[in-house]
Amino acid sequence: MSIPNQHKISAQHVNVWYGAKKAIDDVSLDFGSDHVTSLIGPSGCGKSTFLRTLNRMNDTIPAAKVEGDITLDGEDIYAPEMDVVQLRARVGMVFQKPNPFPKSIFENVAYGPRIHGLAGNKTQLGEIVERSLRRAGLWDEVKDRLTDSGTALSGGQQQRLCIARAIAVDPEVILMDEPCSALDPIATAKIEELIHELKGRYAIVIVTHNMQQAARVSQRTAFFHLGTLIEYGATSDIFTNPRQERTKDYITGRYG
Amino acid sequence: MNDHTVKAFDADIGQLRGLIAQMGGMAEHAIAGAMEALRRHDLEGAQLIIAGDKKLDALELEVEQLAVRIIALRAPLADDLREVVAALKIAGVIERIGDYAKNIAKRVPSIDSHGEIEPLSVLPAMSALAVRMVHDALDAFAARDADAAVEVCQRDREVDDFYNSLFRVLVTHMMENPRTIGQVTQLLFIAKNLERVGDHATNIAEMIYYAATGTHMVERDRGTLLSLTE
Amino acid sequence: MSDAPILSGLVPGVATTATGPAERAPTDWRTQSMQRRIRKRYAAERRFRWLGLGAVVLSAGFLAVLLVTMVYNGASGFLQTQIALPVDFAHSGLLLTPADLRGPGADLALSTANIEGLTDSSAKAAFGTDGDRWVSDGGWLRVRQALKRDPALLGARATIWVPAADAIDVAAKRQGDPASEAIVAKLKARQAISTGFNLPFLTASDSNDPTRAGIWGAFKGSLFTMLVTLLIAFPVGVLSALYLEEYAPRNRWTDLIEVSINNLAAVPSIIFGLLGLAVFLGTFGLPRSASIVGGLTLALMTMPVIVISGRNAIKGVPPSIRDAALGVGASPIQVVFHHVLPLALPGILTGTIIGMARALGETAPLLMIGMRAFIASPPARLTDPATVLPVQIFLWSDQIDRGFVEKTSAAIIVLLVFLLAMNGFAIYLRNKFETRW
Repeated sequence: MSIPNQHKISAQHVNVWYGAKKAIDDVSLDFGSDHVTSLIGPSGCGKSTFLRTLNRMNDTIPAAKVEGDITLDGEDIYAPEMDVVQLRARVGMVFQKPNPFPKSIFENVAYGPRIHGLAGNKTQLGEIVERSLRRAGLWDEVKDRLTDSGTALSGGQQQRLCIARAIAVDPEVILMDEPCSALDPIATAKIEELIHELKGRYAIVIVTHNMQQAARVSQRTAFFHLGTLIEYGATSDIFTNPRQERTKDYITGRYG
Repeated sequence: MNDHTVKAFDADIGQLRGLIAQMGGMAEHAIAGAMEALRRHDLEGAQLIIAGDKKLDALELEVEQLAVRIIALRAPLADDLREVVAALKIAGVIERIGDYAKNIAKRVPSIDSHGEIEPLSVLPAMSALAVRMVHDALDAFAARDADAAVEVCQRDREVDDFYNSLFRVLVTHMMENPRTIGQVTQLLFIAKNLERVGDHATNIAEMIYYAATGTHMVERDRGTLLSLTE
Repeated sequence: MSDAPILSGLVPGVATTATGPAERAPTDWRTQSMQRRIRKRYAAERRFRWLGLGAVVLSAGFLAVLLVTMVYNGASGFLQTQIALPVDFAHSGLLLTPADLRGPGADLALSTANIEGLTDSSAKAAFGTDGDRWVSDGGWLRVRQALKRDPALLGARATIWVPAADAIDVAAKRQGDPASEAIVAKLKARQAISTGFNLPFLTASDSNDPTRAGIWGAFKGSLFTMLVTLLIAFPVGVLSALYLEEYAPRNRWTDLIEVSINNLAAVPSIIFGLLGLAVFLGTFGLPRSASIVGGLTLALMTMPVIVISGRNAIKGVPPSIRDAALGVGASPIQVVFHHVLPLALPGILTGTIIGMARALGETAPLLMIGMRAFIASPPARLTDPATVLPVQIFLWSDQIDRGFVEKTSAAIIVLLVFLLAMNGFAIYLRNKFETRW
């Protein structure tokens, strides 16, 4: 089901087990670097699990076991010589619940560049922080209070702060796990607009329960069901003319 | 086809289909009624047809409102979306068919059926064919039957052929009886209207095909229509 | 056959139809039984509130009784009765000149002089034949101090305030025996008696004479012991907690360790004393009665408390923070030291202080390692023999001398103030590091 493109991340025959339970069953998906891909599907279908295999966040779950080939620019990310820390810097992640560190706004964004030594001095660090916040569309709202706690921001601002934090380390891919599920429609619209602006600069993979959102922000959509990939294709096709009966039933609200 | 989890969605779609079916029935009756009035030179009947077109317009408005409401409230996707959009367009097309019926009815007074215009006897057959097409198209819509829709499209050729032969006959008739040119021209327009009804039935079938399959029907050979300018 | 009829037979009042139970009639909330239910519920609510309030009042009452008793009994422990003793240095027969007391050999000169005899004879001269027993056994020390401060006294008569003997001290501050009461009355008539703050109580060490006994030695011993306990138990406890929470795989071994630690926290403290005795004194041969051994023993006891509270605090750090840090590429150790530990610190500190407070009040294990000896001088090093406040209290409470009763209470007050200060520090630390998210 691959789409001919320049693949940034390529996953081939991926299986994931949680203990004895198979969460992902033989999924093959490729993500290009110039578009947004959304993963949709009912709860528990494995889309978040799959997302987390792409930057090895599943490593933190002791019972999780990943099989198959996942490559980033042709490098096997599960190879023993792959450095997980570096991988996660290259494949950033934004989570469902906005999770800024309980530190200042500046420190939140500066944390990544600091631990990776991306800035030579204070001025450079300040530039990185400003650029990231600008890119996340948050600069104008927080430029006068960079020393305030990141947790004092509104939910939508917190989520944009998390995006700024993710892009501060110059990732090549950004994974978003239901980034708007805790936000109101205005904040959601701002995040979606942001995703539009980030498109092309980063390969973006977004998991969402909101099909309208998938339709709005992504160019490619993959539908997961019970751990398997049912359908993958151009978003406009999936939402107007899905090929698989199960996809159609899900997106038209006939599921279950 | 499973039901929607939200039952009211099914109810809305059902209502939309009901309205389309009702409009289709009315349009069929209007065409048939107008042709009947023409055959019997029934001026009162023609007047009824003309008045009845208002109802069709009202129904089209109702379909439009319902479709907009469904799009706004239910955010339909995939086949639901295609069906709602198709219904919206079909309503417009049926309204146009109603306009043709009205147009035919308006010409009734200017055609004297007692005059010996022999081709007049062919028109009801042509009209029956066009009405049949509309009817089958709407059946296909009700059944979401893409094959039936394709079949309707293929029948458009027959209506076109009817028109072409009628065209020749009427032109010949006019040349032979210059006295009847006025009336025969009216007949020519009616034939043209019926031919357009056939085209619109084809359009409906194409939309049904798209709604049912998600792909557009392969462009078929429309044949050539004869016209006065040739 | 559907089971609907069976259901209707089993449950009285449930009429069923083919499609399931019939619709219920709307509930009437105003029937008498309903009203009774509601009243009962409110009554239960009220009862529960009063019970809770009663429990709080009861425990607060106990605390108040304890505090009032301690303060009532102990306040006088901080006071000291003094007697004005006229001393005639000019005719004392001391073989000293003011010059002797100015040079570096002053202390030697003073210690060879018979000041004790002078004090006794002065007391006899002033108060009669048993006058020397009115003055505390350590009274002469005051005379010596006065001489050292002002050598010019040697050629003069001076009145020096010296501590009163134990019996007179007790009689002056509260009810004493009739003989002492009479003496106090006599002295009062001559205005030769006064009661003031007992500074030596805070600066002196243990003594057989209650008028000279102080808590500084025990206090310093407690400080040393706590220092050792903190330095051992805190890092070891926090590191164990971090390892168990963040790194250890979940398996039978870590379960076993967890159970062991929980059990360790519940082991009676005397057992730790035996352990300390066997290991630190027996195996390692560390000195008896030393605060370092006491500290090590108490560290063993405190560590499980720190591990348990530390693990809970670390568990309390939201996983989203860990995800966030991992998500930008922090390594596990960076996650722990940049995020988890700072956020868990308030909880860890609270647990630590609670454990330390418990250790501070601990007596039994220290008795086992010999910290109950009579130590008359404060420890200077960790290996010096020392005692601690609770043991000092325990020792004093065993003394027959009446003067030790108030000293015991006074020492308890000092211990309580120490504890309060530690808890206050804990609250301060918690507020300082507390982060809201």
